[in-house]
Amino acid sequence: MYSKDGTDYFILDAHIALWDARPENLKNIHGKQFIDCFYDYHRNLSPESEHWSYDQYLYYSDRLMKDLFEDGYVDHAIFQPAILGEFYTNGFGQTEEALALAKAHPDKLTYNHAFDPRFEAKGLEQLRRDAERMDLKGVKLYTAEWQGDSRGYKLTDPWSRRYLEACLELGIKNIHVHKGPTIRPLDRDAFDVADIDAVASDYTDLNFVVEHCGLPRLEDFCWIATQEPNVYAGLAVAMPFIHTRPRYFAQIIGELMYWMGDTRIFFSSDYAIWTPKWLVERFVDFQIPEDMTEYAPLTTDSKKRILGLNAAALYDIPVPEHLQVAPEPADIREPAVAVAEPRAEGKAEMAGMA
Amino acid sequence: MTALETRPEQRTSLEQDAWEALGTVMDPELDEAITSLGFVRSLEEVDDGGRTDLLVHLRLPTSFCSPNFAYLMCSDSKDALAAVQRARGGGRVLVELDDHHDSDLINRGLAADAGYKGTFGAEAESDLEELRLTFRRKAHTAAAERALTQLLRARAELGEHDVHAVRLRDLLAGDAKDALVRRRAALGLRVDDDAPVAVDDHGTPVAPSVVGMWLRKARSTRISIDGNAHFCRGLLATRYPGAELDQAPRDEGTAPVPVQLLTRRPA
Repeated sequence: MYSKDGTDYFILDAHIALWDARPENLKNIHGKQFIDCFYDYHRNLSPESEHWSYDQYLYYSDRLMKDLFEDGYVDHAIFQPAILGEFYTNGFGQTEEALALAKAHPDKLTYNHAFDPRFEAKGLEQLRRDAERMDLKGVKLYTAEWQGDSRGYKLTDPWSRRYLEACLELGIKNIHVHKGPTIRPLDRDAFDVADIDAVASDYTDLNFVVEHCGLPRLEDFCWIATQEPNVYAGLAVAMPFIHTRPRYFAQIIGELMYWMGDTRIFFSSDYAIWTPKWLVERFVDFQIPEDMTEYAPLTTDSKKRILGLNAAALYDIPVPEHLQVAPEPADIREPAVAVAEPRAEGKAEMAGMA
Repeated sequence: MTALETRPEQRTSLEQDAWEALGTVMDPELDEAITSLGFVRSLEEVDDGGRTDLLVHLRLPTSFCSPNFAYLMCSDSKDALAAVQRARGGGRVLVELDDHHDSDLINRGLAADAGYKGTFGAEAESDLEELRLTFRRKAHTAAAERALTQLLRARAELGEHDVHAVRLRDLLAGDAKDALVRRRAALGLRVDDDAPVAVDDHGTPVAPSVVGMWLRKARSTRISIDGNAHFCRGLLATRYPGAELDQAPRDEGTAPVPVQLLTRRPA
């Protein structure tokens, strides 16, 4: 919980990881390139006071609980692992270690696992076993994961659909999707989010949380989110702009609020790329600059929803009554296009812009 | 390898021509020249027994930048430099991409003039023209938003719902209008004074009933492109300290919009 100026906020960090990128776990040069890329994200967008040493950044299980729950105000956090088996001998995300932490602290941690539809029938059986052993409520998919000669997949691939159908059956209702930059064929936009649009329409009982709110395709994501009520925005990667480029952050959050309202946006630190403490503090202090009159001011209730209440509701995580917000009149936070009418008037005329 | 060779005062005449040619090569996703993004790591002449070859190294913000865009910028660079060499009767052109996960693959393909399909094999289906078109369209949409928002700021009586009536002749003269005209030309859209500004990707005018929403959507496209550009520039400078000195300033694109111009959310 975070408290500021007499207001208390329930904090749910919807995207954390426990990775191991130490030299002994690197399978090849790409493992090194991947963690170096993460480290540049960390250095480029964190305040200097929050920079970690490179060695600390490679593996940090000793400080995870402190960074999140003692220093970082987090009430509950969700592991969203990337496996990256082609880059790391024992995987990038440390499955057993994270799962053990989640089992030891069920009130504080939820473990989501990953699947890869290119393992076809064998992977599907594994998913069923994992769902039971790990008590999965959600999965994290990295569609740019390499596997053999393949450098990615789409959610609309036939095997992806079979896995999504299994999720429905197994009660895994939250599908977190991270778009990465490599996918076959290379002829098209690698960050295209159209496959999320398609499966969100087809599997309306699943929730699709698009990590880093579709960046670098924010506009395509916003447009999809106006039409699909089961599409959510994870703020991983977008959050730290609050420090380096607050006016850009204002525009991202302003666009998301304008197009989808404040009930489908999730706070995420993307720990350990960034730590939650300073992100929570800055976000509570943040306001849309006064001269950006195209966006409505961010209310305290909106901040409460984004920082924790939205994700808590999706994951059925109990929130003390005094940290809840009173329901607002619907028109105050109504998004730009009514999601209840996904094929609303105007869509056809706007289709050429999409 | 340093960036010294890219500094204007140290360039030879050939290098100056080469630099200008590289200035026509765009990062399609960021809608900006690779020279102003700092993606040109070095540019040098190499004496090759009477002929002068050009050797260029390119660099990107991360190892995992999308390989299709990386390839496009490299092969466009090679084409642009080859034209300079042909015009001057010069030697060969060597373009190399540094520190990318696909550097070996792309550099082999470039050296052999293997083309996109020859470089990527089974990962390539047809060509990259559709990809280019997607981003030319986004660049046009963003340019239209910039020019219209500038006009809205200058003319208080105009609102976002009125922009369907704006023609090219109504726009303020300057960089924003010039950029829009260039992007319209690149898409084969009308560039005459009487052409409506609020048009879709195919040049069809946007209906008055949805033009406010169209402008909001165009704004989100512009914010996405500008934001990506700032992120990529920052990462490049973190990855290659000093690279920021090679980057031209980019408009923040965040100037205010007067409150009376706002589109109300539909009820």
